[in-house]
Amino acid sequence: MNAQAVEHVDHDDHHHGPAKGWMRWLTTTNHKDIGSLYLWFSLIMFFIGGIMALVIRAELFQPGLQLVDPGFFNQMTTMHALVMIFLALMPAFVGLANWMIPIMIGAPDMALPRMNNWSFWILPFASIMLLSTLFVDGGAPAGGWTMYPPLVLQTGAAFPMLIFAVHLLGISSIMGSINIIATIMNMRAPGMTYMKMPLFVWTWFITAYLLIATMPVLAGAVTMLLTDKYFATSFFSAAGGGDPVMFQHIFWFFGHPEVYILILPAFGIVSQIIPTFARKQLFGYSSMVYATASIAFLSFIVWAHHMFTVGLPVSAELFFMFATMLIAVPTGVKVFNWVSTMWKGSMTFETPMLFSIGFVIMFTIGGFSGLMLALTPVDFQYHDTYFVVAHFHYVLVPGAIFSVMAAAYYWLPKWTGHMYDEKLGKFHFWMSTIFVNILFFPQHFVGLAGMPRRIPDYAVQFADFNAISSIGAFGFGLSQLLFAYIMIKAVRSGKKATDQVWDGAEGLEWTLSSPPPYHSFSTQPIVK
Amino acid sequence: MKRSCIAGGLLAALLTPLIAHADWEVNMTQGVTDLSNEIYGLHMAAFWVCVVIGIVVFGAMIYSIIYHRKDKNHKPATFHESTTVEIIWTVLPVIILISLAIPAAQALVKIEDSSNADMTIKVTGYQWKWQYEYAEDDISFFSSLAASSREASALGSEIDLDTVDNYLLEVDNPVVIPVGKKVRFLFTSNDVIHAWWVPDLAVKKDAIPGYINDMWAKVNVAGTYRGQCAELCGKDHGFMPITVIAKEEDEYKAWVAEQQAAKAALAASADKVWEMSDLMAQGKKVYDTNCAACHGATGAGIPGVFPAMTGSPITTGDIGPHIDIILNGKSGTAMQAFGTQLSDADIAAVVTYERNGLGNSVGDMAQPTDIKALRK
Repeated sequence: MNAQAVEHVDHDDHHHGPAKGWMRWLTTTNHKDIGSLYLWFSLIMFFIGGIMALVIRAELFQPGLQLVDPGFFNQMTTMHALVMIFLALMPAFVGLANWMIPIMIGAPDMALPRMNNWSFWILPFASIMLLSTLFVDGGAPAGGWTMYPPLVLQTGAAFPMLIFAVHLLGISSIMGSINIIATIMNMRAPGMTYMKMPLFVWTWFITAYLLIATMPVLAGAVTMLLTDKYFATSFFSAAGGGDPVMFQHIFWFFGHPEVYILILPAFGIVSQIIPTFARKQLFGYSSMVYATASIAFLSFIVWAHHMFTVGLPVSAELFFMFATMLIAVPTGVKVFNWVSTMWKGSMTFETPMLFSIGFVIMFTIGGFSGLMLALTPVDFQYHDTYFVVAHFHYVLVPGAIFSVMAAAYYWLPKWTGHMYDEKLGKFHFWMSTIFVNILFFPQHFVGLAGMPRRIPDYAVQFADFNAISSIGAFGFGLSQLLFAYIMIKAVRSGKKATDQVWDGAEGLEWTLSSPPPYHSFSTQPIVK
Repeated sequence: MKRSCIAGGLLAALLTPLIAHADWEVNMTQGVTDLSNEIYGLHMAAFWVCVVIGIVVFGAMIYSIIYHRKDKNHKPATFHESTTVEIIWTVLPVIILISLAIPAAQALVKIEDSSNADMTIKVTGYQWKWQYEYAEDDISFFSSLAASSREASALGSEIDLDTVDNYLLEVDNPVVIPVGKKVRFLFTSNDVIHAWWVPDLAVKKDAIPGYINDMWAKVNVAGTYRGQCAELCGKDHGFMPITVIAKEEDEYKAWVAEQQAAKAALAASADKVWEMSDLMAQGKKVYDTNCAACHGATGAGIPGVFPAMTGSPITTGDIGPHIDIILNGKSGTAMQAFGTQLSDADIAAVVTYERNGLGNSVGDMAQPTDIKALRK
């Protein structure tokens, strides 16, 4: 069947091949080209957001202000979050979806290829608009990525740019999601029933619904900010009869599902990789699907746990505490299933597997602190401290970002036809893992000891752990240069990869050549 | 085998500091109220639950990593499903969670019951200071970062931070409360959202414009307890600390009497005519505490965000609009109405200072009576 596919492409080459030169990338409607664009874009943004993080950690290396003034520090914390969430992590997952979903379900391409092009090409413009705020009067947004009014209304010329950038990013995400849902619903190969879909496809299917449900909510919230600032409305202004807390409710109704938008595809990736290297089928496939769906559902009814200190009624605090604690159940099921998949397998530890195991352990550590944060009375002490910073960085960095790296190592041989340098890959894993823990683990301690988040300077008793954390940050940042080097090197050259690539791998993507033909599956495979 | 040793060693290295230094520097404070102790207990219970689950889950993983590997010729098993275990590991966590949720809910109900308080203090957040108003004793004052910390924290300051008392946690006017009394705090804000947090009291509540939130504390031990603003509130969010001094009942009463005497003295001197040099000296103090955060210690401001004082049309033009903007603020900007925050004398002093210091030399001055006349 492979041979057939290749032959077919050759035959139609004169009007189905890629355009030549840079126009190929501008006009492409090919899911693999667009996937690559997303991934490169995300890698660049990962470094830009990382530089901002290093400015933050450099200032926090010692107490006192040494490098930047507090206003610029706040711009860095705000922009670091916006860049990492909207420009690095989300595009990385969309890039993986573009590359992998069609070839995992046996389709030739995405269902809506032209819209696919558009949803990518909005991103560079939105990100230029967002990043250029650093150079306007008053500087970049400094009110936090959560954009709470009234503070965010004090933003200078950057304010409308921030709002429109968020609108554009939302449009891009919604189009991407529609495309993913349309592809999964309509383009599965014969025999590929829903309950036979690979978990990466399943988790993205559910994620896409979360995006469609929540992105318009965010767009609405920021539009109300815009009219409050320029058109004399008072949605969030108490003086005009509005309610500043209402913004927080609306924002977190988007924001909490957003958290799962950033982690569900990661669950999918890890659920693909662990069975491959354990040489054993994923344990509890259907319970994994149900757990993902449960987490997605629960994500809509826990938003106010971000707001335990705003003065909610006791009944609301109790409801949101119980609902939040419930999330631990399906999340626990996932972790238990991964461990059971490894149990009595025949494991090898190539780089993707190392990153996946790192993911399971460190994501679980982030999950533990999440469970602690769910307890409302205790949250009164944790809220807005470095304990929270440590918590969400554990789930996002050695969680979500590690999963993206695992995916890159796992599928790169398929994408490029070249093996990456295994030795360097493992070195990259160990450097990342050691430094990410030096970076974030001490933040639990300073948070518990009373250090608030988003401060540029701190009392001297927090000095030691902050210095350690900053050392970890620079180590982690530098280790990622290695990642870029390994990726670029593997794209350009490297040992030829087989079609199967990993001996324990299962799924349609491994039946295609490495790299796959231009129109992935021109003939639909039959899934038994 | 070597690799698994590294992994195991790493995990151990991660967990040891937690066990080795179980003092306040790595852990939550137990605090000085019954509820802060209860919260600490809940925190530790949740922590140990996580540790035990972690040992079981990671233990199984590590065992599997060591023994179920291809280079040990371990043949993969074929099982991939078991409804029984799925049910067990769904139900067991639910039971554990319920056992945590019950005491948490009980504590929460106690925390949120601020009825029958012995006294009430209203706390108002400002960019970037706190105002405390004692409802029963008619005392009201502002509390800002201590001058020593402000100076030492300036960008490029050479001051050794270890020589500064309680760097960033010291204020000019601490809030004083009696020991053993149920003190109810009411929280609101004059501008953006702040959060009042004192870890030892286990009180953290947002101060939100248009809202009045409440929280209470009954401190068991006399002492000084420090905290900080915990909600991002702009440039100087990191520089609006909270200092609470809990005093024995009689000392507290003495403090109240002292405050009221000072207030009476201030009222008596309201119509006094000030010398230029006194106005300038007082004006600098008022400026550094209230204005320098935005307009800069030298009056340079921050271009595009906060206007400069030096050479500004307001500070060098007619004195009327100058006094007016300080009294009433400027709507739509971060400029607050200081008429409600500062006395006539302080406003007169700061107006005079801004016109004749900070690189300006207009030559005129304002007297407290001028301010009084202009108050709306």
